[in-house]
Parts: sequence; structure tokens; C-alpha cells
Amino acid sequence: MTGAGLPRWAWLPFALAMALLVIPLAGLLARAPWARLGELLASDRSRDALLLSLATCAASTVICLILGVPTALVLARARGQWVAAARTLLTVPMVLPPVVAGLALLTTLGRRGLLGQPLAVLGVEIGFTTAAVVVAQTFVALPFLVVSLEGALRTAGTDMERAAARLGASPSYVLARVTVPLVAPAILSGTALSFARALGEFGATLTFAGSLQGVTRTLPLEIYLLRESDTDLALALAIVLLGVSALVVAAAARLGRTHG
Amino acid sequence: MGEAIRVRARHAARGLDVDVTVPEGSMLAVVGPNGAGKSSLLQLISGDLVPDDGEVTVHGRTLTGPDVHIPPHRRAVGYLEQRALLFPHLTVVDNVAFGLRARGRDRRAARARAAAELAAVGCADLAGSRPRELSGGQQQRVALARALATDPEVLLLDEPLAALDAGVAPELRRLLRTRLRGVTTVIATHDLLDVAALADRMVELTGGRVTAEGHVDDLCQRPASAFLAGFVGVNLLHGDTHGDARVWLAPTIAIAGAVDGDLPPGPARAVFAPAAVAVYRAATHGSPRNELPAVVVAVEDRWPVQRVTLAVAGQRIAADLTPASVRELALAPGDDVLAVVKATQVALHPG
Repeated sequence: MTGAGLPRWAWLPFALAMALLVIPLAGLLARAPWARLGELLASDRSRDALLLSLATCAASTVICLILGVPTALVLARARGQWVAAARTLLTVPMVLPPVVAGLALLTTLGRRGLLGQPLAVLGVEIGFTTAAVVVAQTFVALPFLVVSLEGALRTAGTDMERAAARLGASPSYVLARVTVPLVAPAILSGTALSFARALGEFGATLTFAGSLQGVTRTLPLEIYLLRESDTDLALALAIVLLGVSALVVAAAARLGRTHG
Repeated sequence: MGEAIRVRARHAARGLDVDVTVPEGSMLAVVGPNGAGKSSLLQLISGDLVPDDGEVTVHGRTLTGPDVHIPPHRRAVGYLEQRALLFPHLTVVDNVAFGLRARGRDRRAARARAAAELAAVGCADLAGSRPRELSGGQQQRVALARALATDPEVLLLDEPLAALDAGVAPELRRLLRTRLRGVTTVIATHDLLDVAALADRMVELTGGRVTAEGHVDDLCQRPASAFLAGFVGVNLLHGDTHGDARVWLAPTIAIAGAVDGDLPPGPARAVFAPAAVAVYRAATHGSPRNELPAVVVAVEDRWPVQRVTLAVAGQRIAADLTPASVRELALAPGDDVLAVVKATQVALHPG
């Protein structure tokens, strides 16, 4: 396709934007300690951070799926004015500065928090544990899954579901055998997005969970700590995050294409 | 024949207030202008629409009533729409087996029944295909097989052939005729061919109310409303008779015709085909012919004829003329003409 109707000046901001977004990544790749990458990633600190990030992201992604799919379904199918209010509330964490999210979680679930205090009495403490990392990641990642899936559910419409009900299928059967298969690409790409968001989580985790090696210090936190003391290790870990992000984006784009 | 379906319901938001029954094993056609409530009536039976008050019973069992509303998936009501709505992620045979699987039948039994239903609609060879590989007509055949595979007590058809190519519709109509023999069915349609080929009885809905009800033959031969007359493709003129084989449309305008049965004094109607109407510029005084003063309202090309719409005593009739005679008469909207109809081609009915 030729750029019919495209003003020629648009190429200038386009080039600047591409440069702004791509050159820093190129710089990162250029400075990365490629020769020592294996050795650096095998160190205790990086192994701890890598495993912790993978484990917590896997857990928060599973929670996002379990909570997010039915939530998106309710938002897409339920009627009433409260639905719009609920949708707005759910999207707040998407735009909330992560450090504010962390503070909100701390003041609610922390030891002296609204819910944290009664939980502490029961012997359950969340703040500054691995569970806190999962909660922080879920808090920021869940809206991504819900919002993208709700859009797909609305686009898919209710015709197929109605047809299934008229064949004698109960609502749960319709959900499992018709709705979920129809929006499966959107579920997968939404999952990939929320996984990526959880993997990059920094501010809320640091505020709510702290930075204890092997317990709450995930990859982004470790990179931040190492950036001056051991720049090479920080860069090596950054390469890992960059690689995973690229994979996720590619997977999401591919799923989006097959969906379309 | 007992009644299989009884709908007596009111739904204010849809402007619906109906009382309709369908005898066991017969097909009822529901006709009426757009927005008359045809689909709403079907949705009352399927359970997709809950009436403000009233009752829906099938075989004496109350599906909707005071304090009762059985949801659609617990009714044995099949539904076929204009669009086939096949599940795109399932093969054709699994689409047809879907209803049985949803009711807990095991995969093997459900597939076997599905294969039999597919064979019955002439689609046995499509079992392994995906819906998107099928033509519109094939999709609708599969949708019919899918609906019948659940052995519905009642089948609802909402303009099932309206989205199909004109060349495909007749085949599918024949298929519906064979497959639905003995199945209690309600069909909402805009097509006289559906009614004539499939239905036993028909109701006309206007503004959410039943305005005519009866056997298809009676209603088609003696249409009582402008909609039914247009639906059947005949002209209808309302007036009064003194009982002398003439219907007075205005104090000085009468139409004479043949009386079928009794024609007591009072309101009466005249029914005749558009092809029976000739148009002249000046009086001809041929006998026995009706010469009705008329005004040309519109001329429309309906190959191979020209359809001329005329206003006669404040009512509308259609005349089908040859293109040559329209040219010769140089008819244009607003022209005063005479509509001429032989009395032998006019049927007069009371009411």
C-alpha cells in the first residue's frame, strides 16, 4: 500500500519517535556483556532473582486468569449502571503510579493495615513476603487481562451463546464450550500481556514487599540495585527481561493476527 | 388435533398483546409488517423474552406463567434463525451433536445421531468440514439438522430462508417441508412462498396484536387487510354492500363482482388480481365491466410488467400493465384515469 493522503512532514516525528524508542534498546544491546552472559546469569543473585520472578509471575498470571475471565464476562454481559462504575474502578490500577498501588496495598494489607491487622491476629502476614510480590503483581496486571478480554467478548457478541442455550446448553456449559473457545486468542494474548506487566513490576513490589534476596527481590528490583555496583550483571539481567518482553509481544501480535 | 402451544401474553415494552395457539403437529405461519412483533412472539415461546403477564404452555406444561419462567436451555424448543449461527470452532458433525452433548449424551451416541441428522438434510459428506467452508445454504441445512437432533417438542423458524440466494431457497424450503412433517412449528416469514408451501394455519400480527387468524387458504383467498392483500399479491377494496353483488366504495362508486357464498348487507370487500386491472384514459362502456375513477400514484418497473399504483375512492390498488400500454397511455403520477376490472374477476366477501 502506498501512503496515499499521508502528509510528508509526518515522516519526521515518525523517525524521531522510532529513534527515541529503538536507540536506547540498541544501546543496551551494544553495552551488554555478551561474552560473560552465561557466567553472570549463573551467579546466586541472578539465579535467585530469575527464579523468584518466574515463580511469582506464574502465580500471579494464574490468579489473573482465574479471576479475570469471569470478571471480563460479568463486565461484558451484565447490565446496569453499576457495570460502568465497576469497569472504571477496575481500570484505575492500569493508570495508577505503581508506587501508589504499593502504598495502597501496604496500608490495607500491611501489618497495621485495614485488613492486615485482623489477618496478623490470625497469624497471616502478607507484607514483605513472597505472597506480597504476587499480590502486587496481580494488582497491576489483572486489569490488562480484564480490559482486553472484555473488548473481545463484546466483539464476539451473544448470538452464538444464545444459539447454544437454545440447544439445551446450561450457562456454564456455554461458557466452557462456546464462549471460551471463541475468545481463546484474546484470552491468550491478554494472559501474555498481564504476564509481561507482572514481570516488569517494580514500584508496587518495592513499596509493599520490600527487597529481600530470594524472597521479594524480583528481576527489576535486582537490576535497580545492581545498576551501579555491578553494571555488567544488571545489564545481563536486563537482557533477559528484554528478551522475554520481545517474546511476549511477538506472541501477542501473532495471536492477534490469527484472531483477526 | 390437540393444541401443542398456547401463548397468551402481554409485553408492554414491545407493544405485544397476543393470544395464539398452535395445534399439535402443524405449522403456524406468523406474518405481518416489520416491527409487528413476529420475532417477539417466537422469543416468548423460546423463553428469551419474559412477558409482563400471561402464559406460555407447551403440551399443557407451563413454561412461562405467574411465578414460573423456565430458562431457554431447559425448554425443548428448537430455534432456527436467518443466520445459521454454527459454532466456528467445531466441525459440522460436532455442531449437530452439540445439543445432545450438552444434555449429557456420550460422544459416540451424540455423533451417531448427528451423522443421521446430517444425512437426512443431505449433508453427510460435510461432517468433517468447518462451518466457514460451507455455502449459506449448506450452513442452514446443518443448522436445521442441529436443531432437530435434540428432538424439540416445538420448532421456531425466524425467517429461515430470508438470507439465502433465490436459487437456493426453494431447495431448502422443500427440505423443511419433508423434515418438519409432524413437527409442531411456528414460522415467522415475509415470504408468501414459505406460507403456501409449509404452513397449515396463519396469523397476521399488526402492532403486536393478532389481526387475522385462520387457515392459510382462507386468509390468502379472502384477505381481510391491506397487508395480507399485499402479502398475497392481490387488490383489496373495502366498502359496503346492500346485498346485490356490488360493493360501494363511495356514494357514487361501486364495484360489482362474483359472490362466493353469502353476501349480507353491511361491510364487504372486493378482491381481485393486479393483472385483472386495465387502465384507460376515457370511458369504454363495455359491459359487464367496472369502471372506477382513479388517480395514478406511481409507476414502477416489475419486469416483465409495469406496476401502476392507483388511488380509488381513497384506497390503493395495483394494476399490472405491459410496458407498451404504459408508454401508449403516457401514464404519470397525478393523472386521472379509469381503472377497469371485469366483474367476473372480482370476488366479493362479507366483512
